Amino acid sequence: MLSNQEVAEELLGKFGDQVFDFEEPYGMLTLSTTREEIIPVLEFLRDHKSYQIIFLTDITGVQYPDKTGQEFMVVYHMHSFVHNFRVRIKVSIPEADIHIPTATGLFASANWMERETYDFFGILFDGHPNLKRILNIEEMDYFPMRKEYPMEDATREDKIDALFGR
Amino acid sequence: MADIELLPHNIPANSELPELVEELTTLNLGPTHPATHGIFQNVLKMDGEKIVSGEQTIGYIHRAFEKIAERRPYYQITTLTDRMNYCSSPINNLGWHMTMEKFLGVEVPKRAQYIRVIMMELARITDHIICNSILGVDTGAFTGFLYVMQKREEVYEIYEEVCGARLTTNMGRLGGMERDLSSTAIRKIHEFIKSFPPVLRELEKLLNRNRIFMDRTINVGSISLERALSYGFTGPNLRAAGLDYDVRVMNPYSSYQDFEFDIPVGQNGDTYDRYMVRNEEMWQSLKIVEQAINNLPEGPYYADAPEYYLPPKNEVYKSMEALIYHFKIVMGEIDAPAGEVYHAVEGGNGELGFYMISDGGRTPYRLHFRRPSFIYYQAYPEMCKGSSLSDAILTMSSLNVIAGELDA
Repeated sequence: MLSNQEVAEELLGKFGDQVFDFEEPYGMLTLSTTREEIIPVLEFLRDHKSYQIIFLTDITGVQYPDKTGQEFMVVYHMHSFVHNFRVRIKVSIPEADIHIPTATGLFASANWMERETYDFFGILFDGHPNLKRILNIEEMDYFPMRKEYPMEDATREDKIDALFGR
Repeated sequence: MADIELLPHNIPANSELPELVEELTTLNLGPTHPATHGIFQNVLKMDGEKIVSGEQTIGYIHRAFEKIAERRPYYQITTLTDRMNYCSSPINNLGWHMTMEKFLGVEVPKRAQYIRVIMMELARITDHIICNSILGVDTGAFTGFLYVMQKREEVYEIYEEVCGARLTTNMGRLGGMERDLSSTAIRKIHEFIKSFPPVLRELEKLLNRNRIFMDRTINVGSISLERALSYGFTGPNLRAAGLDYDVRVMNPYSSYQDFEFDIPVGQNGDTYDRYMVRNEEMWQSLKIVEQAINNLPEGPYYADAPEYYLPPKNEVYKSMEALIYHFKIVMGEIDAPAGEVYHAVEGGNGELGFYMISDGGRTPYRLHFRRPSFIYYQAYPEMCKGSSLSDAILTMSSLNVIAGELDA
Protein backbone atom coordinates (compact mmCIF):
# COMPACT_ATOMS: atom_id res chain seq x y z
CA MET A 1 0.00 0.00 0.00
CA LEU A 2 1.45 3.27 -1.15
CA SER A 3 1.28 6.08 1.38
CA ASN A 4 0.65 9.73 0.58
CA GLN A 5 3.78 10.62 2.53
CA GLU A 6 5.98 8.42 0.36
CA VAL A 7 4.76 9.87 -2.93
CA ALA A 8 4.89 13.42 -1.60
CA GLU A 9 8.52 12.97 -0.51
CA GLU A 10 9.47 11.44 -3.82
CA LEU A 11 7.88 14.36 -5.69
CA LEU A 12 9.56 16.89 -3.42
CA GLY A 13 12.89 15.19 -3.96
CA LYS A 14 12.46 15.30 -7.71
CA PHE A 15 10.79 18.67 -8.23
CA GLY A 16 11.78 20.59 -5.11
CA ASP A 17 9.80 23.76 -4.56
CA GLN A 18 7.99 23.37 -7.88
CA VAL A 19 5.46 21.16 -6.06
CA PHE A 20 3.74 22.74 -3.08
CA ASP A 21 0.51 23.04 -1.07
CA PHE A 22 0.30 19.39 -0.08
CA GLU A 23 -3.04 18.40 1.42
CA GLU A 24 -5.03 15.25 2.08
CA PRO A 25 -8.75 16.04 1.78
CA TYR A 26 -10.63 12.79 2.44
CA GLY A 27 -7.40 10.84 2.17
CA MET A 28 -6.51 11.83 -1.38
CA LEU A 29 -3.07 13.28 -1.87
CA THR A 30 -3.54 16.77 -3.32
CA LEU A 31 -0.76 19.01 -4.48
CA SER A 32 -0.17 22.01 -6.66
CA THR A 33 2.45 22.65 -9.26
CA THR A 34 3.23 25.22 -11.91
CA ARG A 35 2.29 25.02 -15.53
CA GLU A 36 5.93 24.68 -16.52
CA GLU A 37 6.21 21.54 -14.42
CA ILE A 38 2.80 19.93 -14.88
CA ILE A 39 3.72 17.75 -17.84
CA PRO A 40 7.00 16.56 -16.24
CA VAL A 41 5.09 15.77 -13.03
CA LEU A 42 2.42 13.78 -14.88
CA GLU A 43 5.08 11.99 -16.89
CA PHE A 44 7.15 11.25 -13.80
CA LEU A 45 4.17 9.68 -12.03
CA ARG A 46 3.13 7.74 -15.10
CA ASP A 47 6.56 6.34 -15.84
CA HIS A 48 7.57 5.73 -12.23
CA LYS A 49 8.63 2.08 -12.02
CA SER A 50 7.04 1.22 -8.70
CA TYR A 51 4.15 3.70 -8.40
CA GLN A 52 2.73 3.13 -11.89
CA ILE A 53 0.17 5.91 -11.65
CA ILE A 54 -0.67 5.26 -15.26
CA PHE A 55 -4.33 6.18 -15.42
CA LEU A 56 -5.61 9.68 -16.02
CA THR A 57 -9.01 9.70 -14.39
CA ASP A 58 -10.06 13.24 -15.05
CA ILE A 59 -9.11 16.74 -16.10
CA THR A 60 -11.32 19.65 -15.22
CA GLY A 61 -11.22 23.37 -14.63
CA VAL A 62 -12.27 25.67 -11.81
CA GLN A 63 -12.53 29.43 -11.77
CA TYR A 64 -11.71 31.64 -8.78
CA PRO A 65 -12.46 35.14 -10.08
CA ASP A 66 -11.30 36.83 -6.87
CA LYS A 67 -7.82 35.34 -6.78
CA THR A 68 -5.85 37.87 -8.78
CA GLY A 69 -3.22 36.22 -10.93
CA GLN A 70 -4.66 32.75 -10.25
CA GLU A 71 -8.13 33.11 -11.69
CA PHE A 72 -8.23 29.66 -13.26
CA MET A 73 -7.23 26.27 -12.06
CA VAL A 74 -6.84 23.01 -13.93
CA VAL A 75 -7.29 19.91 -11.80
CA TYR A 76 -5.88 16.50 -12.77
CA HIS A 77 -6.90 13.25 -11.11
CA MET A 78 -4.63 10.26 -11.54
CA HIS A 79 -4.93 6.68 -10.38
CA SER A 80 -2.57 3.76 -9.90
CA PHE A 81 -4.33 0.42 -10.24
CA VAL A 82 -1.36 -1.48 -8.82
CA HIS A 83 -1.41 0.36 -5.51
CA ASN A 84 -4.99 1.64 -5.60
CA PHE A 85 -3.58 5.10 -5.13
CA ARG A 86 -5.15 8.33 -6.27
CA VAL A 87 -3.52 11.71 -6.58
CA ARG A 88 -4.93 15.12 -7.44
CA ILE A 89 -2.73 17.76 -9.03
CA LYS A 90 -3.73 21.39 -9.37
CA VAL A 91 -2.28 24.09 -11.54
CA SER A 92 -3.29 27.73 -11.18
CA ILE A 93 -3.04 30.02 -14.16
CA PRO A 94 -3.77 33.73 -14.56
CA GLU A 95 -6.63 34.99 -16.69
CA ALA A 96 -4.31 37.36 -18.55
CA ASP A 97 -2.19 34.46 -19.81
CA ILE A 98 -4.61 31.57 -19.92
CA HIS A 99 -2.32 28.89 -21.33
CA ILE A 100 -1.25 25.48 -20.13
CA PRO A 101 0.58 22.72 -21.97
CA THR A 102 -1.50 19.81 -23.21
CA ALA A 103 -1.33 16.31 -21.74
CA THR A 104 -2.46 14.67 -24.97
CA GLY A 105 1.10 13.53 -25.60
CA LEU A 106 0.93 11.41 -22.45
CA PHE A 107 -2.67 10.24 -22.42
CA ALA A 108 -5.00 9.80 -25.36
CA SER A 109 -7.95 10.42 -23.04
CA ALA A 110 -6.74 13.95 -22.29
CA ASN A 111 -7.94 15.02 -25.73
CA TRP A 112 -11.63 15.39 -24.98
CA MET A 113 -11.17 16.26 -21.33
CA GLU A 114 -9.09 19.26 -22.37
CA ARG A 115 -11.54 20.18 -25.10
CA GLU A 116 -14.32 20.14 -22.54
CA THR A 117 -12.30 22.32 -20.18
CA TYR A 118 -11.60 24.73 -23.02
CA ASP A 119 -15.26 24.71 -24.00
CA PHE A 120 -16.39 25.56 -20.48
CA PHE A 121 -13.68 27.93 -19.29
CA GLY A 122 -11.67 29.02 -22.31
CA ILE A 123 -8.44 27.58 -20.96
CA LEU A 124 -6.03 27.16 -23.87
CA PHE A 125 -4.09 23.93 -23.95
CA ASP A 126 -0.94 24.59 -25.94
CA GLY A 127 -0.07 21.87 -28.41
CA HIS A 128 -3.50 20.27 -28.38
CA PRO A 129 -4.14 18.68 -31.79
CA ASN A 130 -7.75 19.80 -32.13
CA LEU A 131 -8.65 22.42 -29.58
CA LYS A 132 -12.22 23.40 -30.38
CA ARG A 133 -15.55 23.32 -28.60
CA ILE A 134 -16.96 19.93 -27.92
CA LEU A 135 -20.32 20.16 -26.13
CA ASN A 136 -21.43 23.65 -27.08
CA ILE A 137 -21.95 25.02 -30.55
CA GLU A 138 -18.91 26.44 -32.25
CA GLU A 139 -20.51 29.83 -32.82
CA MET A 140 -20.75 30.45 -29.10
CA ASP A 141 -18.70 33.51 -28.20
CA TYR A 142 -18.32 33.07 -24.46
CA PHE A 143 -17.27 30.40 -22.01
CA PRO A 144 -20.39 29.39 -20.10
CA MET A 145 -18.93 27.91 -16.93
CA ARG A 146 -17.25 31.13 -15.97
CA LYS A 147 -18.75 32.75 -12.92
CA GLU A 148 -19.59 36.00 -14.70
CA TYR A 149 -22.37 34.25 -16.60
CA PRO A 150 -25.21 33.73 -14.15
CA MET A 151 -27.42 30.71 -14.51
CA GLU A 152 -30.68 32.60 -14.67
CA ASP A 153 -31.84 35.60 -16.60
CA ALA A 154 -30.82 38.67 -14.61
CA THR A 155 -33.79 40.68 -15.86
CA ARG A 156 -36.35 38.49 -14.19
CA GLU A 157 -38.00 40.09 -11.22
CA ASP A 158 -40.18 37.25 -9.97
CA LYS A 159 -37.28 35.34 -8.49
CA ILE A 160 -35.74 37.30 -5.68
CA ASP A 161 -32.52 35.69 -4.57
CA ALA A 162 -32.88 36.79 -0.98
CA LEU A 163 -36.10 34.84 -0.65
CA PHE A 164 -34.33 31.70 -1.69
CA GLY A 165 -31.33 32.16 0.56
CA ARG A 166 -29.05 32.95 -2.34
CA MET B 1 -4.45 -15.96 -67.92
CA ALA B 2 -1.35 -17.91 -68.66
CA ASP B 3 -2.34 -19.13 -72.09
CA ILE B 4 -3.46 -15.77 -73.38
CA GLU B 5 -0.70 -14.38 -75.39
CA LEU B 6 -0.19 -10.71 -74.97
CA LEU B 7 0.51 -9.56 -78.44
CA PRO B 8 1.40 -5.95 -79.03
CA HIS B 9 -1.97 -5.27 -80.70
CA ASN B 10 -3.83 -6.65 -77.65
CA ILE B 11 -2.34 -4.13 -75.25
CA PRO B 12 -4.37 -0.94 -75.21
CA ALA B 13 -2.46 2.20 -75.73
CA ASN B 14 -1.91 4.22 -72.61
CA SER B 15 -4.06 7.04 -73.83
CA GLU B 16 -7.14 4.80 -73.96
CA LEU B 17 -6.99 3.98 -70.25
CA PRO B 18 -9.09 6.26 -68.11
CA GLU B 19 -7.07 7.78 -65.34
CA LEU B 20 -7.74 6.05 -62.06
CA VAL B 21 -9.11 8.52 -59.56
CA GLU B 22 -9.35 7.41 -55.94
CA GLU B 23 -11.95 9.21 -54.01
CA LEU B 24 -13.15 8.75 -50.47
CA THR B 25 -16.83 8.86 -49.74
CA THR B 26 -18.05 10.96 -46.85
CA LEU B 27 -20.81 9.32 -44.92
CA ASN B 28 -22.86 11.01 -42.26
CA LEU B 29 -23.71 8.52 -39.57
CA GLY B 30 -26.16 10.32 -37.35
CA PRO B 31 -27.05 12.60 -35.59
CA THR B 32 -30.32 10.71 -35.60
CA HIS B 33 -30.00 7.26 -36.95
CA PRO B 34 -31.79 4.17 -35.73
CA ALA B 35 -28.53 2.27 -35.45
CA THR B 36 -26.71 4.72 -33.23
CA HIS B 37 -28.97 4.50 -30.16
CA GLY B 38 -28.71 8.12 -29.22
CA ILE B 39 -27.98 11.46 -30.72
CA PHE B 40 -24.42 11.75 -31.83
CA GLN B 41 -22.92 12.22 -35.22
CA ASN B 42 -20.00 10.53 -36.92
CA VAL B 43 -18.69 11.90 -40.17
CA LEU B 44 -16.98 8.89 -41.66
CA LYS B 45 -14.53 8.87 -44.54
CA MET B 46 -15.16 5.65 -46.40
CA ASP B 47 -13.04 3.83 -48.93
CA GLY B 48 -15.77 1.68 -50.44
CA GLU B 49 -17.05 -0.30 -47.49
CA LYS B 50 -14.04 0.36 -45.28
CA ILE B 51 -13.82 3.19 -42.81
CA VAL B 52 -10.69 5.29 -43.22
CA SER B 53 -11.30 7.86 -40.56
CA GLY B 54 -14.08 9.32 -38.51
CA GLU B 55 -14.84 12.59 -36.89
CA GLN B 56 -17.26 12.76 -34.01
CA THR B 57 -19.65 15.53 -33.15
CA ILE B 58 -21.20 15.30 -29.74
CA GLY B 59 -23.15 17.64 -27.50
CA TYR B 60 -26.57 17.37 -29.12
CA ILE B 61 -28.25 16.87 -25.78
CA HIS B 62 -25.87 18.90 -23.66
CA ARG B 63 -27.89 20.38 -20.81
CA ALA B 64 -25.17 22.16 -18.83
CA PHE B 65 -25.70 20.09 -15.70
CA GLU B 66 -22.47 21.31 -14.16
CA LYS B 67 -23.61 24.90 -14.50
CA ILE B 68 -27.11 24.21 -13.25
CA ALA B 69 -25.67 22.36 -10.27
CA GLU B 70 -23.82 25.47 -9.16
CA ARG B 71 -27.12 27.10 -8.31
CA ARG B 72 -28.95 24.20 -6.75
CA PRO B 73 -28.96 23.02 -3.15
CA TYR B 74 -27.28 19.67 -2.73
CA TYR B 75 -30.43 17.59 -2.55
CA GLN B 76 -31.78 19.06 -5.77
CA ILE B 77 -28.77 17.92 -7.77
CA THR B 78 -29.89 14.30 -7.54
CA THR B 79 -32.44 14.86 -10.29
CA LEU B 80 -29.67 16.05 -12.59
CA THR B 81 -27.62 12.91 -12.07
CA ASP B 82 -30.30 10.46 -13.10
CA ARG B 83 -30.58 12.17 -16.45
CA MET B 84 -27.02 11.23 -17.27
CA ASN B 85 -26.97 7.47 -17.64
CA TYR B 86 -30.69 6.94 -17.89
CA CYS B 87 -30.29 3.20 -18.40
CA SER B 88 -29.05 2.84 -14.83
CA SER B 89 -30.20 5.98 -13.07
CA PRO B 90 -30.21 4.59 -9.50
CA ILE B 91 -26.43 4.16 -9.66
CA ASN B 92 -26.08 7.83 -10.57
CA ASN B 93 -28.46 8.97 -7.83
CA LEU B 94 -26.96 6.86 -5.11
CA GLY B 95 -23.43 7.66 -6.26
CA TRP B 96 -24.20 11.33 -5.77
CA HIS B 97 -25.70 10.73 -2.32
CA MET B 98 -22.62 8.75 -1.34
CA THR B 99 -20.40 11.60 -2.51
CA MET B 100 -22.25 14.01 -0.26
CA GLU B 101 -22.27 11.56 2.63
CA LYS B 102 -18.53 11.14 2.30
CA PHE B 103 -18.18 14.91 2.17
CA LEU B 104 -20.38 15.57 5.20
CA GLY B 105 -19.26 12.53 7.15
CA VAL B 106 -22.71 10.98 7.40
CA GLU B 107 -22.69 7.33 8.42
CA VAL B 108 -25.38 5.37 6.58
CA PRO B 109 -26.97 2.41 8.39
CA LYS B 110 -26.32 -1.08 7.10
CA ARG B 111 -29.89 -1.65 6.03
CA ALA B 112 -29.86 1.40 3.77
CA GLN B 113 -26.52 0.34 2.35
CA TYR B 114 -27.88 -3.09 1.49
CA ILE B 115 -31.02 -1.62 -0.09
CA ARG B 116 -28.76 0.62 -2.16
CA VAL B 117 -26.66 -2.32 -3.25
CA ILE B 118 -29.80 -4.16 -4.36
CA MET B 119 -31.01 -1.17 -6.36
CA MET B 120 -27.62 -0.48 -7.90
CA GLU B 121 -27.15 -4.08 -8.99
CA LEU B 122 -30.65 -4.24 -10.44
CA ALA B 123 -29.77 -1.06 -12.31
CA ARG B 124 -26.60 -2.69 -13.60
CA ILE B 125 -28.68 -5.58 -14.90
CA THR B 126 -31.06 -3.25 -16.72
CA ASP B 127 -28.10 -1.37 -18.17
CA HIS B 128 -26.31 -4.46 -19.44
CA ILE B 129 -29.50 -6.15 -20.61
CA ILE B 130 -30.18 -3.24 -22.96
CA CYS B 131 -26.65 -3.11 -24.27
CA ASN B 132 -26.43 -6.84 -24.95
CA SER B 133 -29.86 -7.30 -26.43
CA ILE B 134 -29.39 -4.25 -28.66
CA LEU B 135 -26.19 -5.85 -29.86
CA GLY B 136 -28.36 -8.77 -30.81
CA VAL B 137 -30.70 -6.43 -32.70
CA ASP B 138 -27.76 -4.96 -34.60
CA THR B 139 -26.68 -8.41 -35.69
CA GLY B 140 -30.20 -9.24 -36.79
CA ALA B 141 -31.78 -10.93 -33.79
CA PHE B 142 -34.72 -8.77 -32.78
CA THR B 143 -36.58 -11.38 -30.78
CA GLY B 144 -34.15 -11.54 -27.88
CA PHE B 145 -34.44 -7.82 -27.35
CA LEU B 146 -38.21 -7.82 -27.01
CA TYR B 147 -38.05 -10.88 -24.80
CA VAL B 148 -35.62 -9.47 -22.23
CA MET B 149 -37.35 -6.09 -22.25
CA GLN B 150 -40.09 -7.73 -20.20
CA LYS B 151 -37.52 -8.32 -17.50
CA ARG B 152 -36.41 -4.72 -17.55
CA GLU B 153 -40.03 -3.81 -17.07
CA GLU B 154 -40.08 -5.94 -13.93
CA VAL B 155 -37.03 -4.14 -12.57
CA TYR B 156 -38.74 -0.83 -13.33
CA GLU B 157 -41.69 -2.03 -11.29
CA ILE B 158 -39.31 -2.60 -8.39
CA TYR B 159 -38.00 0.94 -8.87
CA GLU B 160 -41.57 2.20 -8.77
CA GLU B 161 -42.12 0.38 -5.53
CA VAL B 162 -38.94 1.80 -3.99
CA CYS B 163 -38.96 5.40 -5.22
CA GLY B 164 -42.15 5.96 -7.17
CA ALA B 165 -40.53 6.58 -10.54
CA ARG B 166 -39.31 4.40 -13.35
CA LEU B 167 -36.72 6.09 -15.50
CA THR B 168 -35.56 9.28 -13.82
CA THR B 169 -35.70 7.74 -10.42
CA ASN B 170 -34.43 10.37 -7.95
CA MET B 171 -33.84 7.42 -5.66
CA GLY B 172 -32.54 7.61 -2.13
CA ARG B 173 -31.88 10.60 0.05
CA LEU B 174 -28.78 12.04 1.57
CA GLY B 175 -28.32 9.73 4.56
CA GLY B 176 -30.26 6.71 3.41
CA MET B 177 -33.34 5.79 1.45
CA GLU B 178 -36.57 7.77 1.33
CA ARG B 179 -38.60 4.76 2.46
CA ASP B 180 -38.04 1.24 3.62
CA LEU B 181 -38.37 -1.71 1.27
CA SER B 182 -42.06 -2.50 1.22
CA SER B 183 -43.29 -6.08 1.36
CA THR B 184 -44.34 -5.73 -2.28
CA ALA B 185 -40.85 -4.61 -3.23
CA ILE B 186 -39.28 -7.55 -1.40
CA ARG B 187 -41.70 -9.95 -3.07
CA LYS B 188 -40.95 -8.47 -6.49
CA ILE B 189 -37.22 -8.69 -5.94
CA HIS B 190 -37.54 -12.35 -4.95
CA GLU B 191 -39.70 -12.97 -8.00
CA PHE B 192 -37.16 -11.30 -10.21
CA ILE B 193 -34.31 -13.40 -8.79
CA LYS B 194 -36.34 -16.48 -9.67
CA SER B 195 -37.65 -15.46 -13.06
CA PHE B 196 -34.62 -13.68 -14.52
CA PRO B 197 -32.14 -16.59 -14.86
CA PRO B 198 -34.22 -18.61 -17.36
CA VAL B 199 -34.64 -15.51 -19.52
CA LEU B 200 -30.98 -14.62 -19.41
CA ARG B 201 -30.08 -18.22 -20.15
CA GLU B 202 -32.31 -18.11 -23.18
CA LEU B 203 -30.65 -14.92 -24.40
CA GLU B 204 -27.30 -16.66 -23.92
CA LYS B 205 -28.57 -19.63 -25.88
CA LEU B 206 -29.63 -17.32 -28.67
CA LEU B 207 -26.35 -15.45 -28.95
CA ASN B 208 -23.33 -16.80 -27.05
CA ARG B 209 -22.44 -19.69 -29.35
CA ASN B 210 -24.41 -18.49 -32.34
CA ARG B 211 -22.27 -18.83 -35.47
CA ILE B 212 -23.56 -15.64 -37.07
CA PHE B 213 -23.23 -13.64 -33.88
CA MET B 214 -19.69 -14.87 -33.26
CA ASP B 215 -18.59 -14.18 -36.81
CA ARG B 216 -20.00 -10.70 -36.58
CA THR B 217 -18.45 -9.84 -33.21
CA ILE B 218 -15.16 -11.68 -32.69
CA ASN B 219 -12.20 -9.48 -33.59
CA VAL B 220 -14.51 -6.61 -34.38
CA GLY B 221 -13.69 -3.25 -32.84
CA SER B 222 -10.93 -4.59 -30.67
CA ILE B 223 -8.67 -2.40 -28.60
CA SER B 224 -5.49 -3.37 -26.82
CA LEU B 225 -5.24 -2.99 -23.06
CA GLU B 226 -2.52 -0.40 -23.43
CA ARG B 227 -4.63 1.78 -25.71
CA ALA B 228 -7.70 1.22 -23.57
CA LEU B 229 -5.86 2.53 -20.52
CA SER B 230 -4.51 5.46 -22.45
CA TYR B 231 -8.03 6.26 -23.61
CA GLY B 232 -9.34 6.17 -20.06
CA PHE B 233 -11.53 3.09 -20.43
CA THR B 234 -13.20 1.85 -17.28
CA GLY B 235 -15.94 -0.59 -16.47
CA PRO B 236 -16.93 -3.53 -18.66
CA ASN B 237 -15.10 -2.11 -21.66
CA LEU B 238 -11.79 -2.03 -19.80
CA ARG B 239 -12.39 -5.43 -18.27
CA ALA B 240 -13.07 -6.85 -21.73
CA ALA B 241 -9.60 -5.64 -22.70
CA GLY B 242 -8.13 -7.62 -19.85
CA LEU B 243 -7.78 -5.55 -16.69
CA ASP B 244 -9.85 -6.46 -13.64
CA TYR B 245 -10.39 -2.91 -12.42
CA ASP B 246 -13.70 -2.55 -10.67
CA VAL B 247 -14.44 0.29 -8.24
CA ARG B 248 -16.71 -2.00 -6.23
CA VAL B 249 -13.73 -4.18 -5.37
CA MET B 250 -10.89 -1.71 -5.32
CA ASN B 251 -12.61 1.00 -3.28
CA PRO B 252 -15.64 -0.72 -1.79
CA TYR B 253 -18.51 1.63 -0.98
CA SER B 254 -21.94 0.92 0.45
CA SER B 255 -20.86 -2.44 1.97
CA TYR B 256 -19.77 -4.10 -1.26
CA GLN B 257 -17.05 -5.81 0.76
CA ASP B 258 -19.76 -7.95 2.39
CA PHE B 259 -20.67 -9.73 -0.81
CA GLU B 260 -19.14 -12.57 -2.70
CA PHE B 261 -18.88 -11.96 -6.44
CA ASP B 262 -16.45 -12.37 -9.31
CA ILE B 263 -15.16 -9.85 -11.79
CA PRO B 264 -15.31 -11.25 -15.31
CA VAL B 265 -12.38 -10.29 -17.51
CA GLY B 266 -11.99 -10.59 -21.28
CA GLN B 267 -8.86 -10.98 -23.36
CA ASN B 268 -9.10 -9.28 -26.71
CA GLY B 269 -11.13 -6.19 -25.98
CA ASP B 270 -13.33 -6.90 -28.97
CA THR B 271 -17.08 -6.69 -29.30
CA TYR B 272 -17.58 -10.33 -28.37
CA ASP B 273 -15.54 -9.94 -25.18
CA ARG B 274 -17.47 -6.86 -24.20
CA TYR B 275 -20.68 -8.76 -24.75
CA MET B 276 -19.46 -11.72 -22.70
CA VAL B 277 -18.18 -9.54 -19.84
CA ARG B 278 -21.52 -7.78 -19.58
CA ASN B 279 -23.33 -11.05 -19.78
CA GLU B 280 -21.35 -12.52 -16.90
CA GLU B 281 -21.69 -9.33 -14.90
CA MET B 282 -25.45 -9.74 -14.97
CA TRP B 283 -25.08 -13.13 -13.32
CA GLN B 284 -22.76 -11.65 -10.73
CA SER B 285 -25.14 -8.75 -10.09
CA LEU B 286 -27.95 -11.19 -9.60
CA LYS B 287 -25.77 -13.06 -7.12
CA ILE B 288 -25.17 -9.84 -5.19
CA VAL B 289 -28.88 -8.97 -5.18
CA GLU B 290 -29.68 -12.42 -3.86
CA GLN B 291 -27.10 -12.19 -1.07
CA ALA B 292 -28.22 -8.70 -0.12
CA ILE B 293 -31.94 -9.46 0.01
CA ASN B 294 -31.39 -12.66 1.98
CA ASN B 295 -29.11 -11.00 4.51
CA LEU B 296 -30.95 -7.70 4.69
CA PRO B 297 -30.09 -6.32 8.14
CA GLU B 298 -32.75 -5.01 10.46
CA GLY B 299 -32.62 -1.46 11.64
CA PRO B 300 -33.25 2.04 10.40
CA TYR B 301 -33.10 2.81 6.69
CA TYR B 302 -31.78 6.32 7.14
CA ALA B 303 -29.00 7.94 9.09
CA ASP B 304 -29.47 9.92 12.23
CA ALA B 305 -28.60 13.18 10.51
CA PRO B 306 -31.55 15.50 11.07
CA GLU B 307 -29.86 18.47 9.41
CA TYR B 308 -29.70 16.59 6.08
CA TYR B 309 -32.43 13.97 6.12
CA LEU B 310 -36.04 15.14 5.92
CA PRO B 311 -37.89 14.30 9.14
CA PRO B 312 -40.95 12.01 9.00
CA LYS B 313 -44.03 13.97 8.01
CA ASN B 314 -46.01 13.29 11.19
CA GLU B 315 -43.08 14.61 13.22
CA VAL B 316 -43.14 17.83 11.21
CA TYR B 317 -46.71 18.51 12.37
CA LYS B 318 -45.96 17.76 15.99
CA SER B 319 -42.42 18.79 16.87
CA MET B 320 -40.75 22.16 16.55
CA GLU B 321 -37.27 20.77 15.71
CA ALA B 322 -38.63 18.61 12.93
CA LEU B 323 -40.53 21.58 11.50
CA ILE B 324 -37.40 23.74 11.55
CA TYR B 325 -35.28 21.08 9.89
CA HIS B 326 -37.98 20.39 7.34
CA PHE B 327 -38.14 24.06 6.45
CA LYS B 328 -34.37 24.50 6.32
CA ILE B 329 -33.79 21.44 4.15
CA VAL B 330 -36.59 22.23 1.72
CA MET B 331 -35.50 25.84 1.38
CA GLY B 332 -31.92 24.69 0.88
CA GLU B 333 -30.59 26.64 3.81
CA ILE B 334 -28.27 23.92 4.99
CA ASP B 335 -24.71 25.00 4.38
CA ALA B 336 -22.03 22.46 3.65
CA PRO B 337 -18.51 23.00 4.96
CA ALA B 338 -15.79 24.21 2.62
CA GLY B 339 -13.64 21.57 1.02
CA GLU B 340 -13.35 19.25 -1.93
CA VAL B 341 -14.09 15.61 -2.47
CA TYR B 342 -13.84 13.05 -5.23
CA HIS B 343 -15.95 9.96 -5.02
CA ALA B 344 -16.34 7.27 -7.63
CA VAL B 345 -18.82 4.46 -8.03
CA GLU B 346 -18.93 1.66 -10.55
CA GLY B 347 -21.57 2.89 -12.95
CA GLY B 348 -23.07 0.84 -15.72
CA ASN B 349 -20.29 1.91 -18.06
CA GLY B 350 -17.40 2.37 -15.70
CA GLU B 351 -16.03 4.70 -13.12
CA LEU B 352 -18.64 7.37 -12.51
CA GLY B 353 -16.87 10.08 -10.55
CA PHE B 354 -18.14 13.16 -8.76
CA TYR B 355 -15.62 15.90 -8.08
CA MET B 356 -17.21 18.50 -5.86
CA ILE B 357 -15.73 21.70 -4.52
CA SER B 358 -17.63 23.58 -1.86
CA ASP B 359 -16.89 27.08 -0.65
CA GLY B 360 -19.10 26.65 2.36
CA GLY B 361 -22.37 27.70 0.79
CA ARG B 362 -25.63 25.99 0.11
CA THR B 363 -24.67 24.94 -3.40
CA PRO B 364 -21.47 23.43 -4.81
CA TYR B 365 -18.88 25.94 -5.93
CA ARG B 366 -17.97 23.58 -8.71
CA LEU B 367 -19.26 20.15 -9.51
CA HIS B 368 -17.69 17.99 -12.17
CA PHE B 369 -19.01 14.66 -13.32
CA ARG B 370 -16.48 12.17 -14.56
CA ARG B 371 -18.69 10.45 -17.11
CA PRO B 372 -17.21 7.18 -18.36
CA SER B 373 -18.98 7.31 -21.75
CA PHE B 374 -17.61 10.75 -22.49
CA ILE B 375 -14.07 9.65 -21.87
CA TYR B 376 -13.99 6.35 -23.71
CA TYR B 377 -16.14 7.33 -26.67
CA GLN B 378 -13.22 9.29 -28.11
CA ALA B 379 -11.53 5.98 -28.88
CA TYR B 380 -14.31 5.06 -31.29
CA PRO B 381 -12.70 6.26 -34.56
CA GLU B 382 -9.54 4.38 -33.72
CA MET B 383 -11.51 1.24 -32.90
CA CYS B 384 -13.48 1.17 -36.12
CA LYS B 385 -10.68 2.26 -38.42
CA GLY B 386 -10.34 -0.23 -41.25
CA SER B 387 -13.53 -2.07 -40.41
CA SER B 388 -16.69 -2.06 -42.45
CA LEU B 389 -19.62 0.19 -41.69
CA SER B 390 -21.78 -2.62 -40.36
CA ASP B 391 -19.03 -3.62 -37.94
CA ALA B 392 -18.64 -0.04 -36.80
CA ILE B 393 -22.31 -0.05 -35.79
CA LEU B 394 -21.69 -3.12 -33.68
CA THR B 395 -18.62 -1.57 -32.09
CA MET B 396 -20.59 1.49 -31.09
CA SER B 397 -23.42 -0.52 -29.68
CA SER B 398 -21.09 -2.76 -27.67
CA LEU B 399 -19.39 0.29 -26.15
CA ASN B 400 -22.77 1.21 -24.68
CA VAL B 401 -22.39 4.93 -25.18
CA ILE B 402 -25.36 6.59 -23.50
CA ALA B 403 -26.04 9.98 -25.05
CA GLY B 404 -27.22 11.53 -21.80
CA GLU B 405 -24.04 10.58 -20.04
CA LEU B 406 -21.88 11.54 -22.99
CA ASP B 407 -23.20 15.07 -23.15
CA ALA B 408 -24.29 15.70 -19.56
